[in-house]
Amino acid sequence: MGKAGRRDGRLINKKMTDIREISKFLKDYDGPEIRIMEICGSHTGAIAKNGIPGILSEKIRLISGPGCPVCVTPSAYIDRLIEISRSDRHTVVTFGDLLRVPSSKCSLQEAAGASYKMVYSPLDIIELAKDEPERTFVFAAIGFETTTPVYALLMQTLIEEKIKNVKILTALKTMPEVVDLLCSSGAGIDAFIAPGHVCVITGSDIFKPAAEKYSLPFVVSGFEAEDLLSTLYLLVKNRGKGVVINNYPAVVSAEGNKKAQELIDKYFEKTDASWRGIGNVPRSGRCLRTEYAEYDAGSKGLDHDEKINKACSCDKVITGKLSPEQCPLFGKVCTPSTPQGACMVSPEGSCSTQYEYGS
Amino acid sequence: MCVANTGRVVSLNKEKNTATVNFHGSIIEARTGLMEVEEGELVLVHAGCILQKVSEERYNEWVKLAEEMGDL
Repeated sequence: MGKAGRRDGRLINKKMTDIREISKFLKDYDGPEIRIMEICGSHTGAIAKNGIPGILSEKIRLISGPGCPVCVTPSAYIDRLIEISRSDRHTVVTFGDLLRVPSSKCSLQEAAGASYKMVYSPLDIIELAKDEPERTFVFAAIGFETTTPVYALLMQTLIEEKIKNVKILTALKTMPEVVDLLCSSGAGIDAFIAPGHVCVITGSDIFKPAAEKYSLPFVVSGFEAEDLLSTLYLLVKNRGKGVVINNYPAVVSAEGNKKAQELIDKYFEKTDASWRGIGNVPRSGRCLRTEYAEYDAGSKGLDHDEKINKACSCDKVITGKLSPEQCPLFGKVCTPSTPQGACMVSPEGSCSTQYEYGS
Repeated sequence: MCVANTGRVVSLNKEKNTATVNFHGSIIEARTGLMEVEEGELVLVHAGCILQKVSEERYNEWVKLAEEMGDL
């Protein structure tokens, strides 16, 4: 990147005096209203947990986008997981978030006769498979670019160790295509907080095409209060400019983790993907390459999305059209203990975060 | 789900492609394979895998600032 075009978070020295000045700027800001979208569930949580909306000018509006992988997974995928979990000598293995997501009828946790296990890492499935070779274990492989290399590493291990009783059910998503859709659909977004851990893998340059095409600033952010405040400052200051600024340089580079990218490309290829609340977005997902089809647990065609409660507004919350408290169910019949939609299930979901921390 | 944490590599097991990582006293075993790492390095771990090395200089800047903010 040339010197003139260089954009780096180090343009701000994150010192206490600067953070105080930044906070004052964001509180006193009286320019044109700016709508800033974050597209990472961990940012959603960090913003709420740190009370950041409460210290911003009313002219700075924060909107949660489709950044929680659990929240954007369509109900047909959960239905398929439940079907697998009830199959003879099959066990679904998953991250905890997915257990309570409602499908068209119930959640995996509620499904009668379901066999499932919750794990910390997809790679934990290897020991499970070795311990019970007569049983097939199916990992619920959802996630964005951050998690996809972990599934690639799992695939590499399965093949190297000739483990045959593990499959994966994929609903993997990629960010640039859905961001392009949001920008082109008139959602009225003026700036994006770019997802820090996605960019660890992809590199910050992944958002350059959208930044330049729509003349919007993208700032790659970390997850602490000072990271987010300086990110918001950079976004407001760069409104109307098609730039990508790396404000998380401790772990993010322009080009990302090449080794992880190569491993992803070895096992997965781009495909169309269905996003809850958005629909089909061309080439916004990844599935196993044809040569590894024997490891696929039936991931194709899981596009249908049906609400368990017809009044649930998760689809509008995910796309920034409604804030969680504008949903008629929010805080009434829909709470973290009685979730009606995916956004209330995951701790990274907009509704769950709003319920937990308020505005 | 994209949560990742910073810890320090305590030891490496090259046979198993794993690293023992210390997160402020909590010890876990994380898979290598996405990034070459050495003992003593700071790393970012997600879902049981090391995703990236962490710049020591930037991390120390952050810790200093976090401490200052904590004192407020």
